[in-house]
Amino acid sequence: MGALVLAEGAEFKPPGIADFNLPPLFGSGYWLSFTKPMLLVIMSVVIIAAFFLIASRRLKVVPGKGQFFAESIYGFGRNNIARDQIGSKDFKPFIPLILGLFTFVLVNNFFGIIPFFQFPTMSRIGFPLALAFLVVYPVYHYVGIKRHGLGGYLKKELAPSSVPWFVMPLYALIEFAQKFFIAPATLAIRVFAAMFAGHLIIMVFALGGSFLLTDGEGLVKLASPVGFLFAIAMTFLEAFIQILQAYIFAFLAAGYIGAALASEH
Amino acid sequence: MSNIVLAQAAEAATSINPGLAAIGYGLGTLGPGLGVGLIFAAVINGTARQPEAQGKLQSIAFSTFVLVEVLALIGIVVYFLASTS
Repeated sequence: MGALVLAEGAEFKPPGIADFNLPPLFGSGYWLSFTKPMLLVIMSVVIIAAFFLIASRRLKVVPGKGQFFAESIYGFGRNNIARDQIGSKDFKPFIPLILGLFTFVLVNNFFGIIPFFQFPTMSRIGFPLALAFLVVYPVYHYVGIKRHGLGGYLKKELAPSSVPWFVMPLYALIEFAQKFFIAPATLAIRVFAAMFAGHLIIMVFALGGSFLLTDGEGLVKLASPVGFLFAIAMTFLEAFIQILQAYIFAFLAAGYIGAALASEH
Repeated sequence: MSNIVLAQAAEAATSINPGLAAIGYGLGTLGPGLGVGLIFAAVINGTARQPEAQGKLQSIAFSTFVLVEVLALIGIVVYFLASTS
């Protein structure tokens, strides 16, 4: 495509991967720099903890608005996600984990559209990778091994009795790859790619609109409100996708835990 | 003189990776596009036959939608990985 050369040789530089490498706030180098996503992650934890602590002070039988809102979120994470996926017998120990994953991913995703923060922290792949491989992956394997024993767990996953013998090698291979590599990897990549692509789309429209406004020649300037309008429309779509991705992250995490706990039938 | 032509051709040839990556991503959106369409076609059909089932159908639809959508998302990530020239 080359350069969109308009007034006085100004060139539109489309946003790319480099726009996601934010310079460190303080510190320097690979290990000691403190960047904006790190600050956002810490702030999200503070916000969630403060929200639930404040909403659960002086609980009343007939809830006020704040308590009702917090109870709705808690009920959603507890019933729709944890209980439906893990089963009503052993979902209770996992409520904090599932609710925490849901609200953590949700608030961090929302940072992408809130004006001052404006960076979805899950669009840096390290954060979803850490969540998937360091939190969800050990939990569901540990829980399965603790309940069924290592041999029983591997037999249940890789060689269940409901699979005919001639299919068994292929089935075991596929299930091994799925449970040990593909499940956590896609769990991380799903939320990362959704946030990355969504932020990129909003940036394209916003930067394109402002470029048309500042460097457009004559009547080309009139095209810039279209850019800004689409940036707003994409922001609404992005809000929906952010809620959906947070729900799906917690839903699949609970699903993997439930599948590890379930006994053969 | 042929060395100069060869060097220029080599310079031009090494920059096809972004174009191929774009074509690859475009091809990779066919499957997920069809898949998402099929999922929500089933939801619309089911809701038309039995409107009370809309809630359950929609929740099943969204939980399977993300499994199909992840393929398209992996495609856009692979585009960025492959587009270094």
